[in-house]
Amino acid sequence: MKLKKTFAAATMLAGTMTALSFMSAGAAQAQGELVMYCGVQEEWCRAMTTAFERETGIKVSMTRKSAGEVYAQVKAEAANPRADIWWGGTGDPHMQAAEEGLTVEYKSPKMSELQDWAVRQWEQSKQRTVGIYSGALGFGYNTDLAKSNNIAEPKCWADLLKAEFKDEVQVADPNSSGTAYTLLATIVQIMGEDKGFEYLKALHKNVNQYTKSGAAPAKAMALGETTAGIAFMHDIVTMVVDKAPVKVVAPCEGTGYEIGSMSIIKGAKNMDNAKKFYDWALTADAQKLGADAKSYQVPSNKSTPIPPQSPKLSDIKLINFDFAKYGSSAERRRLLSKWDNEVKNLPK
Amino acid sequence: MSRATLGWIVLSWVGFALLPWYGFERSATPTIADYFISGSALVHGLRGAWWLLPILLPLGMALVPVVWPSSQDRGSWLVASGAVGLALIVLQGFTIGLNGWTMDVLKVFGDPGPHQAGMGYGAALTSASFLIILCHGLAARGWCRGDAFVTSSIGVVIALIIVFVFFPVSTILASAFADNSGNFAPSEFVTKFTDKSIWGLDCLTSDLRCGVAWNTLFLGLLVAFGTTALGLAFALIATRTEFRYKKLLRVMSVLPIITPPFVIGLALILLFGRSGALSSVLWEWFGIPRSRWIYGLPGVFIAQLLAFTPIAFLVLIGVVQGISPTLEEASQTLRAKSWTTFWTVTLPLMRPGLANAFLLGFVESLADFGNPLVLAGNYEVLSTKIFFAVVGAQQDQGRAAVLSIILLAFTLGAFWLQHAWLGKKVYTTVTGKGDSGIPLPLPRRVALASYLTAIPWAIFTVAVYAIIVVGAFVRSMGRDYTPTFEHFVTAFRVEHADWGLYFSGSAWNSFFATVKVAALSAPLTAAIGLLTAYLLTRQRFSGQRSFEFGTLLSFAIPGTVVGVSYILAFNVPPIEITGTGFILVMCFVFRNMPVGVRSGIATLSQIDKSLDEASLTLGARSSTTMRRVVLPLLRPAIVASLVYSFVRAMTAVSAVIFLVTAEYNMATTYIVGRVEAGEFGLAIAYSTALIIVMLLAIVAIQLMVGERRLGRRSASAAPSPVAVQAVP
Repeated sequence: MKLKKTFAAATMLAGTMTALSFMSAGAAQAQGELVMYCGVQEEWCRAMTTAFERETGIKVSMTRKSAGEVYAQVKAEAANPRADIWWGGTGDPHMQAAEEGLTVEYKSPKMSELQDWAVRQWEQSKQRTVGIYSGALGFGYNTDLAKSNNIAEPKCWADLLKAEFKDEVQVADPNSSGTAYTLLATIVQIMGEDKGFEYLKALHKNVNQYTKSGAAPAKAMALGETTAGIAFMHDIVTMVVDKAPVKVVAPCEGTGYEIGSMSIIKGAKNMDNAKKFYDWALTADAQKLGADAKSYQVPSNKSTPIPPQSPKLSDIKLINFDFAKYGSSAERRRLLSKWDNEVKNLPK
Repeated sequence: MSRATLGWIVLSWVGFALLPWYGFERSATPTIADYFISGSALVHGLRGAWWLLPILLPLGMALVPVVWPSSQDRGSWLVASGAVGLALIVLQGFTIGLNGWTMDVLKVFGDPGPHQAGMGYGAALTSASFLIILCHGLAARGWCRGDAFVTSSIGVVIALIIVFVFFPVSTILASAFADNSGNFAPSEFVTKFTDKSIWGLDCLTSDLRCGVAWNTLFLGLLVAFGTTALGLAFALIATRTEFRYKKLLRVMSVLPIITPPFVIGLALILLFGRSGALSSVLWEWFGIPRSRWIYGLPGVFIAQLLAFTPIAFLVLIGVVQGISPTLEEASQTLRAKSWTTFWTVTLPLMRPGLANAFLLGFVESLADFGNPLVLAGNYEVLSTKIFFAVVGAQQDQGRAAVLSIILLAFTLGAFWLQHAWLGKKVYTTVTGKGDSGIPLPLPRRVALASYLTAIPWAIFTVAVYAIIVVGAFVRSMGRDYTPTFEHFVTAFRVEHADWGLYFSGSAWNSFFATVKVAALSAPLTAAIGLLTAYLLTRQRFSGQRSFEFGTLLSFAIPGTVVGVSYILAFNVPPIEITGTGFILVMCFVFRNMPVGVRSGIATLSQIDKSLDEASLTLGARSSTTMRRVVLPLLRPAIVASLVYSFVRAMTAVSAVIFLVTAEYNMATTYIVGRVEAGEFGLAIAYSTALIIVMLLAIVAIQLMVGERRLGRRSASAAPSPVAVQAVP
């Protein structure tokens, strides 16, 4: 009989609790809450969340996802949005969401404190997304492995095609990673589309693995799983700071960059808190948290101290990246399927 | 009119006239008034939501037998009321959506038309009441010998399966036939289905890659063969030899089941990766060059072997133990050599076990998401491909649906083949007659073969787990072996803030959510599973076979497909539950229910039906019989399904990766994120914590449910039912 009661009680308890969680779907606390989709590294997301919670007492429910995952989710939920703010992650999906009207316009009082590139992106997106940091694309190599295999220091994109890098380059798959899409768009802009795809096909022979996440090649380099890896330079710097035998390279032909962005979701349930977070996230104090969390992007607020480890944007030959063209969904889909058909399925 | 029927009629009115019909907006703070009356369907209906008013008709029809209890055809009134009520609710729910009419045809009545939110408590209660009223009516008309409990149970289980299995699965299958903007386009399906990247066979003739379908199939077959062979070797050693460390084998068999699946993949990288521990040793001592061979088919194959061999072992050990020694003795008496006996008697008797083990290995390999994600490199399989078709930059849901159909076809094909192979032969060896023989020792070459496969494999498993433990406590595995608690601090830090304890560790959120969801779904899974098992074994009703098939379906569908289909089906009204804990619980309940059903059926078929009949003869109703006679005898099955569903809820990846939200993040998706970002230490530390929680939970479940006490002098040597039960 004890069994019967325990079992019945457990089932009923579970039933009630399930019903309650059903309810919490609709009836979560209105005040003091913010649902955030975060698109950068976990540590930084956590640091932002806790700092904002400490400062305001607003409870932040944060989910970290890659930029593509956040975009997919925001789009799937468009009829009935679940998130309030989408903070961080490469700018393309933010621009795409702005284009599709998934996010709303907002003019923060902090706009005057921002760098030009951040304001420009905000204008291009019809005030729907704003730059919070930027980082240049580059590559790195593991100095130990390079030395033991007698590989000369690579300096340019072209160096990665050398035979000595056969099976030694790692880069993400642009279908799943915004970083790799930035590479695709950068190469096409530097070399022109035909030459660019020739380059990518040649690079394919040296690529040992297309990872799913954009920062994974940086980690693989640090572990010695690959000699060279293409990623955002700040991701590689994180490894260098962690005392990994890795060197960062700013390619001599010039390189593209990303603008990490922030948008408010259309139909946000906690709109006031989202705006509060938006304003706060643009302050120098909030942007300083990145460097503490070992993320060395260049912050968008002019008065934020640029972390000494950050690759100086002034030392890098940046191309005039056409975010409007290469951020549009049509161009993106075309380039991706072209890459899928012409590059990814090539024999090694 | 029974009091129960009356109660449900009252509840149907309560749901309609008192409780809030719609779910609350998340931003709203409902007052007491919102909970009662003012949000009810009646009020909404009078205030302009005219489509809710027709529901009053079936509500009134249910009252007819109450007002005229002497009426002859009260059963028919109840049936009509329930059926009309359900039909009306479904009709209005699916035609009127969040932003107006859901079908273009209806736009002639005005565009965008009326709109409504998802179902709330009131709608849920009224629908449930109509269902029960319908079932009571059917019972009154003589179905199932007039037993209202049985008809209601059947009705509830069928309704749940329709809502949480058939409805979402059909949604995703439908999107395979639509183009990117959602229009019906069968030609798209043909193009996507015949795509070269799915069915290409280039790898046979050149060094190009083969299609993802062939990759998946090939890997599945390899893993199924491998796990069955290894499982058999372990099972033979455990039952038929004098091996000294059998206890250790049992422990090792449980360990991989409670290990978050991708952790094994991770450990393999740390061992065999180019800078892995073993690779370093091989390079420094023997000059064997480091390579990247682990990324690809070999890596996934080894990881899946490690993860799924225990399942094969647990299936086969029961079968090997169950083989009656008398048959073998007969063979020996007839002068067969021990090898001949093994080959012609023992092995054929194991066929059902071998087939089950093979099937499980195949299905698990197909559904596995974590290991391919970590290790597959450029070897693509369906489960990860489906995932990136949805979240990748191309955003092609139709493609995901097409790939899902292929995956589903493989799984169902495997089930069908297994049935065909086993055929109608009789494998019964456990009978009531005494069989007091002693199992024969293994023929020497079989024993030798078993030892040679099993022991190196066991050592390998130990090495992998050693890496996992070490990895949790060093700074960065493979690079920096400084001992540290850093990872545990990052994950599980607790700070003391002004206003109390502050769980600032990055893992707490997902940890609490995971434990909550797992603890909620386990008893529900057990309850629904065992109820279904009871209906299948103890009751006779038409359509029983298709009912049984329906309960199995959710097990056969790979997790990735379930995840996508849930988000497609439940993100919009009428059932709008994405982003809640409820959807996670439901997902787990229906993913894991078949295990409850299977272990319930297995246990129930051992219990003589005369016990129930005695109870019924003495005047107990079937619900009482179930509670007081059947349930206490079902303890082993309860333990099995509780343990399995709890563990699965904590370790499942593929199904939940789409369903997690900020509020309900799951441990496994958090860990996958860490692994993807290369933070192996943190991932491993978190997994270690999860393994400990699961061990504690298993012990707690055992203590809570307790042992089944049968009035027998000596317990039989039958193995306690294992967490993973074979699916027939």
